Amino acid sequence: MTLASHYSYWVTIFLMVAGLFIVTASGNLVKKLIGLGVFQTSVYLLYIAPGKLIGGTAPILSGAFLTYSNPLPHVLILTAIVVGVATLALGLAIVVRIREEYGTIEETAILEQDRADAAARQ
Amino acid sequence: MTILDHLAPLQVVLPLVCAPLIVVVRRLGFAWAIATLASWASLAIAVTLALRVAAEGTLSYAIGNWPAPWGIEYRVDALSSYLLLLVSAIGSLVMPYARRSIVAELPREQEYLFYAMYCLCLAGLLGITITGDAFNLFVFMEISSLSTYVMIALGKRRQALVASYQYLIMGTIGATFYVIGVGLLYLMTGTLNLADLAARLRDVQEVRPLLAALSFITVGVGLKLALFPLHQWLPPAYAYAPSTVSAFLAATGTKVAVYVLLRFYFTVFGDSAVFQGVPFAAALLALSLIAMITASLVAIFQHDLRKMFAYSSVAQIGYITLGISLGNVSGLTGAIAHLFNHGVTKGALFMLSGGIALCCGATRLSELKGLGRRMPFTSAGIVLAGLSLIGIPATAGFTTKWYLVIGALERGMWPVAAVVVASSVLAVAYVWRFVEAAYLSEPQPGLSARPSEPPLSMLVPAWILVAACVYFGLETSFNVGAAQAAAEFLLRGPR
Amino acid sequence: MLWAIVIPALAVVPIAALRRRPNLREAATIVAAVATFAVTLSLLTAVLDGARPRVALFEVFDGAPLAFAVEPLGMLFALIASGLWIVSSVYSIGYLRANGESRQTRFFACFAIAIAATLGVAFAANLLTLFVFYEALTLATYPLVTHHGDDEARCGGRVYLGVLMSTSTIFLLPAIVATWLLTGTLEFTAGRIIDGQISGAGAAGLLALFAFGIGKAALMPFHRWLPAAMVAPTPVSALLHAVAVVKAGVFSLVKVIVYVFGLASAPDTLAWLVWLAGFTIIAASLIALAADNLKRRLAYSTISQLSYVVMAACLLTPAAVAGSALHIAAHAVGKITLFFAAGAIYTAAHKTRVSELDGIGRRMPWTMAAFALAALSLIGLPPTAGLLSKWYIMSGAFEGGHWTALLVLATGTLLSAAYLLPIVHRAFLRDPPAGQPAHGEAPWPMVAALCASAGLTVSMFFFPDVPLALARALVAP
Repeated sequence: MTLASHYSYWVTIFLMVAGLFIVTASGNLVKKLIGLGVFQTSVYLLYIAPGKLIGGTAPILSGAFLTYSNPLPHVLILTAIVVGVATLALGLAIVVRIREEYGTIEETAILEQDRADAAARQ
Repeated sequence: MTILDHLAPLQVVLPLVCAPLIVVVRRLGFAWAIATLASWASLAIAVTLALRVAAEGTLSYAIGNWPAPWGIEYRVDALSSYLLLLVSAIGSLVMPYARRSIVAELPREQEYLFYAMYCLCLAGLLGITITGDAFNLFVFMEISSLSTYVMIALGKRRQALVASYQYLIMGTIGATFYVIGVGLLYLMTGTLNLADLAARLRDVQEVRPLLAALSFITVGVGLKLALFPLHQWLPPAYAYAPSTVSAFLAATGTKVAVYVLLRFYFTVFGDSAVFQGVPFAAALLALSLIAMITASLVAIFQHDLRKMFAYSSVAQIGYITLGISLGNVSGLTGAIAHLFNHGVTKGALFMLSGGIALCCGATRLSELKGLGRRMPFTSAGIVLAGLSLIGIPATAGFTTKWYLVIGALERGMWPVAAVVVASSVLAVAYVWRFVEAAYLSEPQPGLSARPSEPPLSMLVPAWILVAACVYFGLETSFNVGAAQAAAEFLLRGPR
Repeated sequence: MLWAIVIPALAVVPIAALRRRPNLREAATIVAAVATFAVTLSLLTAVLDGARPRVALFEVFDGAPLAFAVEPLGMLFALIASGLWIVSSVYSIGYLRANGESRQTRFFACFAIAIAATLGVAFAANLLTLFVFYEALTLATYPLVTHHGDDEARCGGRVYLGVLMSTSTIFLLPAIVATWLLTGTLEFTAGRIIDGQISGAGAAGLLALFAFGIGKAALMPFHRWLPAAMVAPTPVSALLHAVAVVKAGVFSLVKVIVYVFGLASAPDTLAWLVWLAGFTIIAASLIALAADNLKRRLAYSTISQLSYVVMAACLLTPAAVAGSALHIAAHAVGKITLFFAAGAIYTAAHKTRVSELDGIGRRMPWTMAAFALAALSLIGLPPTAGLLSKWYIMSGAFEGGHWTALLVLATGTLLSAAYLLPIVHRAFLRDPPAGQPAHGEAPWPMVAALCASAGLTVSMFFFPDVPLALARALVAP
C-alpha cells in the first residue's frame, strides 16, 4: 500500500478543492453551479472507490466466490446523484429568474444593482 | 397491528404525500386546507409519540421490517420527541396564519405550489428529527432544504431570488460536507445507523479519520444552523422571503440543524476518544461568543425590521451553541430549552412583522413611526416577544439565560457569563429601536391612515405564540423540564 | 395578599375602557387606590402579631418559585406605596388637567401597573420574584418617564432605561445566580442564607454585584438615571422619587443585606459600602447645592437621602437598620411633598428655577408651608418624621462606634439644610420681583394632595407606632 495506490483519494481531493474553488472564485452564477457539481462528484468518488474490494467480484451471490464488492455505496450515491440533479435543476431555474429580473448573471453586477436599490430606498 | 404501531413513519409520510396531492388538485382553498390538516395531524402524531416516549422510553421502528442496522430505523427518544413537538406545533400555528399572508404576498397562480413546498419542507424537517440513519438524514435534509430554497425564492422582491440562490450554494456545500463526514464514518465502521455507529466507534483505533469526519460534519451542519461565520445566507433569506416562510423557518430550520449537531456530538461520538484532544468545545465556545456580540451589534444598526430580527436570530443561535459547548447539564438544558424558547419567540416576531407588511406595505423602521396607535395589538405583541428576546424575567428567554449563566458559573467561566449578560443588554438596544419608533415617534404626514390590524387569522396564531413566550417563562415544566430530561439523556451517552 | 397586587393590575382595564369619560376614569383610579390600601392595611395586624403569610404561584425553576410573603419591611413599604398612590392620584388629576397633558389614559394605566409592580417587589418572598417585579417596574415606568414623547423625553428615557437595565442585567442577575449556586436557595428567610459559604473578599464582591445591580438605589456611579428621569411630568417624578422606583431600589438592597447577608455578617464585608454610600451622600448634596433647577436639586437630594438608607443598613446595628427602614417611610412622605410643591409652582407660576422663587410664599402660602414642613423633615428637625429616622440612624451609628458615619450624617444634615432652607427663605422673606403676572395657588386637587402628604410627615412624628413597630420587628432576632 503505497501513497500512489491511494490515487482515488487524490482525485477525490483534487475534485473537492477544484469544485470549491470554482464556487467561490467565479462571478458567474452558472459557473458556480458547475463548480458545485464538480464538488459533489468528488463525494461520489469518495464513496464508490473504497467499495471495490481488491479481488472482489460483482455482488451477485454465487458459491464460487467468497469476496464481493460492496453494493451499498452505489445505492447511496444514486440517491446523492438524484439530489445533486435536483439541486442543479433548481439552481438553474433560479438563475433563469435572476436573469429575467436583473438582466445579468454576473454576481458583481447583481450586487451593484442591489446596492443602488438599497440606496434609493433610504 | 393497528395504525398506532406505525405512527413513526406516518409522522413523515403524511405531509409527504400531501405535497403531490396539492399539486394534482390545484384549487387554492383545497391546497391550504390539506396543508393545514397535514400540520395538525403531524402535531397530533408528535404529541402521541412524545407521550409514549415519556412512558416507555426510546421507541424504535424498522422501516420495511428490515431490522437495524441493515435497514433504516426510525428512533424517537427524549430529544427527538421534543423537537418533533416544536416543529409540528410551529407548523400548526403557521398554517392558519399563512392563508391571508400568502394571498397578499404571492401571485395567485403560485399559491398552491407554495403549499406543496411547505408540505415537503415539513416532511423533511420531521424526517431529520425522527430518522436513526445517517444517510437517510441527508436525504431528508436535502428534501427540506430544496423546498426551502423554492419557498424563499417566492418572495415579492427580486432580492429574494438572490437570497435563495446564495442559500442554495451555501446549503448544498453544507450538505455535501455532511455527506463527506458520513462517508468517512462509513468507511471506518461499515454502518450508517446512528446507534450502531456509536457502538462501533468505540472500537476504532485510528482516530484521524474520525476527527476529519467530525470536522466535516461540524462545518456542514454549522452552515445549516448559521453558526458564525457561516451565517451569511440567513439575513437576506429571512428578510426577503414571504413572511410565512420567515416565521416558519426562523422557528424550525436552524433548530433542526442544531438537533443534528447534538445527535452527532453526544449520541454518536459521545463515548469515543475523539472528543478529548481536539478542542471542538473551545472552538464552538469562541464562535458562539463572537456570534452573540457581533450579530447583536449588527442588528442594532439595521433599518429593516425583519433584517434586524434575522441578525438577532444569529445571535440567539450563538446562545444555543454556547450551551452545547459548555458541556454540563445546566448549559445543555439552556441550549435545548432555547430551541423551543427561541422558536416560539422568533415565530411570533416574524408573524407580527408579516402582519405589519400586510397592513403597511413595508417593514422599514422609518416607515413604522407611530405604529403603536395604528396597530396596537401588533405593536404590543412585538414588544412582549421582544422582552422574551432580551430575557426579561417571567418570559421564556429568561429561563434560557438563567441556565446558561448557571452553566457558565458552574464551570467557573466568569467572562462567559459576562458576555451572555452583555449581549442581553445589546438586545435591549435593538428592541428599543422598535419601541421608540412605534410609541415615541409621530407618524409621517403623507402616510396612509389605515388604523387597522391584520386579520384575526393572522393575529391570533401570532398572539398564541406571544402568550406562549410569557406562559413558558412562568410555567417551565414543559420546555425546561423536557430539555433537562433530554440533556441528561444525551450526557449519559449512547447505550 | 395577592389582591393587593392584582387590584392595581386589573385597574388598567376600567381605566383604559373609560378613555372617553375622564371623570369616571379618574374615579376608577381613586377607587382602585383606596381598595389597594385597604387590602394592604388588612394585612397589618397579622404581621404585627408575628404572622408571615405566604403564597406560592408558579414553580419557575426547581426550588425557586414565584412566591409572595409578607414581612415587616415589605409591609412598611407596601403601606407607603399604596397609601401614597391615593395621594398622588389626586395630585395627578389636578396636574394633568391644569397643564393640558395629552395621553392621560396611558398615564393612569401605566401608573396602576407601576404600583402593581411595586407591591410585587414589596411582597416578594425570594430573589427571583423580586427580580421579576423589579424589571417589571422599570418597564412599567418607562412610558411614564417618556410621557411627553418629544426628543428630550426620548433621550431621558434612553438614559433611564439604559442605566437601569444594564445594571440589573449585568450585575444583579449574576448576583442572584451566584447566590443560588452558593446556597441552593433564593428565599428571604429570617437569619441569613449566606452562612459561611463565601469568604471575605468573595462576600464583598457578591455584595458589590448586588449593590451596583440594584441601580434603582442610585448609588454612585450608577445614579445618572435619576436626573435624566426629570424629563417626566412632575407627578411621575413624585412617584418615582418618593414612592415606587427609588424606594423599591433601597428596599431591595436593605432586604438583601438583612436577609441574604444577615445582621450577623462580618462588618468588613459591608465596610466599603458604608464608604461608598457616605461619598454619595456628600457628593450628591454638593451637586444639589449648586443646582438652580428645582427638580434637579430635588433629584440630587433624593440620591443623597437614599444613600442614608443604604449606609444605615450597612452599619448593621439594630437601631441603624431600624432607622433605615424608618427613613424609607419618612423620606417618602417628605420628598413627595417637595415634588408636589415643585409641580404646583410650575403649574401656577410656570417657574422652574430656584432663583425665580422670590416671594412666592406670599402668593402660594399653603404650597410653601407644606414645602417648609417637608424640608424640615428632610433635614431632620422636629416636629417631622425625619427626626425619628435620623435619631435612630445616629444612635445606631453611635452604638457601633462608627465615628466616620456620624460625621457624614452630620455633614449631610448641614448640607441639606443649606440647599433646602434658602428656598423657604426666598419664598417667604423676600419680595417678589416687579412686573410678574399675578397668580394664586395651584388647582385644589394639587394643593389638597400636598397638604395631605405634609400632614402625614407631621403625623408620623406624633403617631409613630405603626412604622416603629414594623421597623423593630424587622431587626428583632
